[in-house]
Amino acid sequence: MTDATQGTMMKRFPFNLRLGPELSKILIGVASVICGVLLWHIASLYTSPLFLPSPVSVGQTALEMASDGSLFLAIGASAWRIGAGWALGVILGVPLGLFMGRFAVVRLIVDPYIEFFRFIPPIAFVTLAVIWLGPGEITKIALIFYTTIFIVTLNTIAGVNAVNPLRLQAARSMGAGKLAEMTTVIFPSAVPFMLTGARIAMGNSFLTVVSAEIVSAQTGLGAMIWTARNFGRTDWVFVGIISLGILGYLFDRAFRLATQRWFKRFLF
Amino acid sequence: MAKGASIKLDHVGISFGDAHIVSNVNLDIRPGEFICLLGPSGCGKSTLLNAIAGFLPVAGTISVGADRVSKPGLDRGVVFQSAEVLFPWLTIRENVEYGLRLAGVPAKERREKADHFIGLVGLAHAADRFPKQLSGGMRQRAQIARVLINEPSVVLMDEPFGALDAQTREVLQGELDRIWRETGCTIVFVTHDIWEALLLADRVVVMTAGPSAGIKTIEKIDLPHPRDQGSAECLELFRRLRDDIGEEVKRALVQQGLKKEEPVT
Ligand SMILES: Nc1ncnc2c1ncn2[C@@H]1O[C@H](COP(=O)(O)OP(=O)(O)OP(=O)(O)O)[C@@H](O)[C@H]1O
Ligand SMILES: [Mg+2]
Repeated sequence: MTDATQGTMMKRFPFNLRLGPELSKILIGVASVICGVLLWHIASLYTSPLFLPSPVSVGQTALEMASDGSLFLAIGASAWRIGAGWALGVILGVPLGLFMGRFAVVRLIVDPYIEFFRFIPPIAFVTLAVIWLGPGEITKIALIFYTTIFIVTLNTIAGVNAVNPLRLQAARSMGAGKLAEMTTVIFPSAVPFMLTGARIAMGNSFLTVVSAEIVSAQTGLGAMIWTARNFGRTDWVFVGIISLGILGYLFDRAFRLATQRWFKRFLF
Repeated sequence: MAKGASIKLDHVGISFGDAHIVSNVNLDIRPGEFICLLGPSGCGKSTLLNAIAGFLPVAGTISVGADRVSKPGLDRGVVFQSAEVLFPWLTIRENVEYGLRLAGVPAKERREKADHFIGLVGLAHAADRFPKQLSGGMRQRAQIARVLINEPSVVLMDEPFGALDAQTREVLQGELDRIWRETGCTIVFVTHDIWEALLLADRVVVMTAGPSAGIKTIEKIDLPHPRDQGSAECLELFRRLRDDIGEEVKRALVQQGLKKEEPVT
């Protein structure tokens, strides 16, 4: 009797009972992906490969491109541009934001420009960037840098403005001067804002890099997706898109792990 | 341990723009004295305390010891009503060490001193925790330790126990009394609680309703410690203070338009 009931329970909640809630959550995610690929496969049976290549053929193409190295070259080129532009943007955006948030005059001077440029997507500057910086690597990195520094600076300013004024008073009454205020109160208070900014900027960097590569590059995932058009290779497009998705996921994952590792105490 | 310093308020006035919050306050506080500041809500108690802390510009002069107050300083520790002022990214020990770290005290000495003051407020078991892992009462203790470690000659406290439950408050009042004796510092303590004032203070300063609040009366509490709140003297003082403050609260309510002026009979 008890055995029988346990047996049915097992059948009804196989994941929870045997594997624990964490693993069962992951399995649900995996199952969902498998279903999605299956649907894709079924859909591809009823259409032409030019319209929708099957997951198998996309997989084969990916393997081919991986074995001749062209896939990794493309991924590497995009990842490098994103990594370099983003890192530079964060490294310069944080102090700029702290500075602007702290000094009202600087803020007043820069404010009109911020208000003007905030609605212009970086891709609108591709042509200008090519004219000014040439068609080389620096152009793509500069565009991503621009995206990033804009977002990170604005978020850091918001962080500085959100500092609890009582904490500043407390610090002052314990002997903090202007510099100590900045390093021991304002900076740590603003860290969550900076991290949010950096994370949003990461997403925008992906948007920017693809657009920039489509317009002016021979390498990178954006270029790969765009050249596919000339050869009628829809499967390349899919390989490019899937690579972007995975690359973005990995970047975000790495960012979150690093955040947890190094900035945990600031995420109050 | 630093001895308490005297505090002298000489024709002190404080305004925010056109609003005169506090006017013409004169008060002499002896070294090592425990002063409680009472008054209706919004009359300017916190404002006056912030002025002594050096956070606000004032008309007239405020002196602590021989020095005129012009900015915040380590000689005046400030305990805020909200324990939010603890730095949430630092552990309790790091919070307590903060002042010494700024002063460049070597790590070993810093740690020894921090442990001493953390022990003094009974937080030894929680030294490595972060503020958010502590109860409200524990956070206030941490705040007090963070101030005392700098050995201030004056400690300014703005309703430090206002947000705590009655039991915790009683315990902390007892500890504050003990610490005050041990350190000999001068304390200015803002409260709404007349009993609290009667328990702790050498003198109770009652402020008038704002705007342009001033000092209404000063009651000397000449009773031995620990005090018996049931004693006849204590009850008598309580009544007097309650009536004094009650009058001002009524005036404050009238001024805020919450209550009609009562005809004088
Ligand atoms: N930064 C400020 N700017 C303008 N007015 C202020 C400012 N801070 C306080 N006030 C005004 O000063 C008056 C006194 O405020 P304060 O906080 O000192 O009162 P309080 O006696 O501490 O009241 P409570 O008992 O409620 O804490 C209030 O009317 C308040 O509105
Ligand atoms: Mg107040």
